[in-house]
Amino acid sequence: MSWIDIGHIDDVPLRGARMVKTPVGCVAIFRTAEAEVFAASNSCPHKGGPLSDGIVHGRKVTCPLHNWVFSLETGEAQGADEGRIATYPIRLEEGRLMLDAVAVGKRSAA
Amino acid sequence: MTRKLIVIGAGMASGRMLEHLFDQGDDWNVTLFNAEPRGNYNRLMLSPVLSGEKTYEEIVTHDAAWYEERGVTCRFGEKVAEIDRASRRVMTEAGEVLEYDKLVIATGSNPFIIPLPGHDLEGVIAYRDLEDTNRMIALGEQQAAKAVVIGGGLLGLEAAAGLHARGVDVTVVHLMGHLMERQLDEAAGYLLRKELVGRGIKVLCSTNSKQILGQDGHVTGLELDNGTVLPCDLLVMAVGIRPNVALGQQAGLAVGKGIHVDDQMVTSDEHILSVGECVEHNGAIFGLVAPLYDQAKVAAATLSGKPARFVQKEVSTKLKVTGCDLFSAGDFAEGEDREDIVFRDPARGVYKRLVLKDNKLIGAVMYGDTADGSWFFSLMKDGESVAEMRDTLIFGPAFQGGAAGDPLAAVAALPDDAEICGCNGVCKGQIVQAIKDGAGSLADIKATTKASASCGTCTGLVEQVMAATLGDDFVLPAAQSVCGCTDLTHEDVRRLIKAQELKSQPAVWQELGWTTPNGCHVCRPAVNYYLLADWPLEYQDDLQSRFVNERNHANIQKDGTFSVMPRMWGGITTPDELRAIADAADKYRVPTVKVTGGQRIDLLGVKKEDLPAIWYDLNQAGMVSGHAYSKGLRTVKTCVGKDHCRFGTQDSTGLGIKLEKKLWGSWTPHKVKLGVSGCPRNCAEATCKDVGIVCVDSGFQVGVAGAAGMDVKETERLVDVKTEEEAIEWTAAFVQLYREHAKYLDRPYKWVAKVGLDWVKERLSDDAERAALNERFEISQSVYRKDPWADHAESRADQYQPLADITLEAAE
Repeated sequence: MSWIDIGHIDDVPLRGARMVKTPVGCVAIFRTAEAEVFAASNSCPHKGGPLSDGIVHGRKVTCPLHNWVFSLETGEAQGADEGRIATYPIRLEEGRLMLDAVAVGKRSAA
Repeated sequence: MTRKLIVIGAGMASGRMLEHLFDQGDDWNVTLFNAEPRGNYNRLMLSPVLSGEKTYEEIVTHDAAWYEERGVTCRFGEKVAEIDRASRRVMTEAGEVLEYDKLVIATGSNPFIIPLPGHDLEGVIAYRDLEDTNRMIALGEQQAAKAVVIGGGLLGLEAAAGLHARGVDVTVVHLMGHLMERQLDEAAGYLLRKELVGRGIKVLCSTNSKQILGQDGHVTGLELDNGTVLPCDLLVMAVGIRPNVALGQQAGLAVGKGIHVDDQMVTSDEHILSVGECVEHNGAIFGLVAPLYDQAKVAAATLSGKPARFVQKEVSTKLKVTGCDLFSAGDFAEGEDREDIVFRDPARGVYKRLVLKDNKLIGAVMYGDTADGSWFFSLMKDGESVAEMRDTLIFGPAFQGGAAGDPLAAVAALPDDAEICGCNGVCKGQIVQAIKDGAGSLADIKATTKASASCGTCTGLVEQVMAATLGDDFVLPAAQSVCGCTDLTHEDVRRLIKAQELKSQPAVWQELGWTTPNGCHVCRPAVNYYLLADWPLEYQDDLQSRFVNERNHANIQKDGTFSVMPRMWGGITTPDELRAIADAADKYRVPTVKVTGGQRIDLLGVKKEDLPAIWYDLNQAGMVSGHAYSKGLRTVKTCVGKDHCRFGTQDSTGLGIKLEKKLWGSWTPHKVKLGVSGCPRNCAEATCKDVGIVCVDSGFQVGVAGAAGMDVKETERLVDVKTEEEAIEWTAAFVQLYREHAKYLDRPYKWVAKVGLDWVKERLSDDAERAALNERFEISQSVYRKDPWADHAESRADQYQPLADITLEAAE
């Protein structure tokens, strides 16, 4: 893994999300608690809704277009809906958000 | 052979180390330096000294006799200025030079002082030593003394509680959203705050300090970011500590966050050891006392040449913040693939949360009842699977079998004087009394107390009071709950928010026994609305509990772009406004420009990143948000009225503009659309609006509860009035009554169908009530009657941009 600094946790609102452009497409950074973040694809597999604009609750997000709910831990759609979003390794280092650059398609983390 | 040991710092770690050292019976000639003019005492016990439960003498761990017996040369109140490693000598500030065979640095930590303007004023102190404590005690002897504590962590709260116990008026200012955010999650933080506030300590969270004010060199107050000034005679900064590494650094030892030590507590110099809060071991620094004692033991062994290893252990914190029981252990805030088990007992003020990963317990937070803390902690340390007892785990070791949480707990916990029926002013106690006097059905209750006999929104609550009082004799009718997070209905939640004066979302989740940590996409927008409608001044709107359109102040389209629709008051525009709209459409390459049914112009297909810029441009032309995306006032559609129309009876356009200027920006349970027609020909289609006014020669016919969506329904006449002012007053009163009573996502016609137009008329016909509704509406509008576009373009524009763009490869 190769961690790349994409910002500070305070740039992401509590129970909110921000979007990051990466080589594999737009990735949403979700902040589910004071010091808890997840990274997953920004695009809902249903109709492409921008998940970073959804409501974040527990460790889940609800798509803003048609209310599909995804687990941010597994990426799986919840309830009756079937689908999955890609999730990416992310960690917190003294408040900095470190995204795994290789997982999101960067050849080098330079 | 007697060896020379110099110890710098007489704190809890070095005191414990000396005990172990002398226990081993080696021959040491010890010199103990301490910057404070006294020896080792129990720093953890400063809080009881502050609150008056203990005296300084009681917390001394090593007195003069102890040092004398062991031949320790005490150099208290003297500082070591320099270490010369090459010649193994230290030099004191007074210039005296002493040799050592071994040196132990135990300089502890320094309180962190935020470099706010005024931080060096007299009366700005930390909370670290006996001097600080004595300053606070002295303040308590002053009449009407005031203090501000910056920092809502453990130390800050101990300081605040101690000052309060000494009769000082205390305000805690905390930067984060909830108290003790490192040890507690939001729900437990909320309970702690509630307890402290209940005792009379003021607590401000999410609050930034701007500067410390002073006069004649002495602190007089703290100014906050929002301009508020908190007057104070003493300001305590308790925002954290930093390892005191200055000596180690000066001596050229390896230093990171703290002085680097190995598993034997030896620094990068084999003759120098270090223990306590000043050290860094494997990347970690230490603040709790348990690991410091472990370090002391290891350091003593190392000095005696015995093998020992310091191992970092999982630490649990069982705290008592001035009488509030707290427990936190393990990892409850970070990590993936985890499950939560949440238990709330609103009646007892208990909150417990367990965090599982791979069927193992990895974290726990508890408030109010921490009796099972050590059991959970041992499960955590053992790392065994808890799969078999998962269902009853949260009830603790004594309870294997488990019962479901009681959905009636919230109602049962209400005091007798809690108002259940707002229309008729009926309290819980009256209903309970009626039941005891023989009322056995809802109809009986209505007949004897009038509870739920008017608007009926409290019916669910009345039934729950009956269920709680009658027990199994009463079968609760099945009602539609808000969502899976609660068994309560919307009406129950609204009523309980008022009755229990719940003013934050964590308060609602806790006191009403939510089964999820922080709700879901169904209840969050509803609860957010109820809170801001009921407590417009106290509650701060939470953008993260809003649907995408309301959060971004624009309507999301199916391709993820947004539509932008500026307000056109009463459907009137100007050539300048039209030019600005056209310019914006060109500049931001808007693919579609549409004239809407609400007499406005919609720019469709704007990229999210462009929203703040296009808003700014439209603001420059004098336009504001049209709120085409909100559960709030949308438009007031008008016809041209008597200024131009040969049939017009009144200035319908003018009235429409006045109504729109009064109502814009207000949040409502669902969208609200108005129409004003200048004559009964009704060109503005006013008779299918939420509020539709038809002008006639004799005045204004105000109709309400129309619909032209999924249902089509004509308005019903609310009142006929003679003047514009009356029409506006009735309209605002109707909108406020709807805001205060309707279920979230009920349009006015649905709400009126539930409560009955007669009830609405009865309420609004009362002049005093109408005036009161108008007054409450204006209070709310003092907060919300402003342009969110201007606000977001100015202060939140960065939130609309990607956080980062890492698509570009670095040059190779």
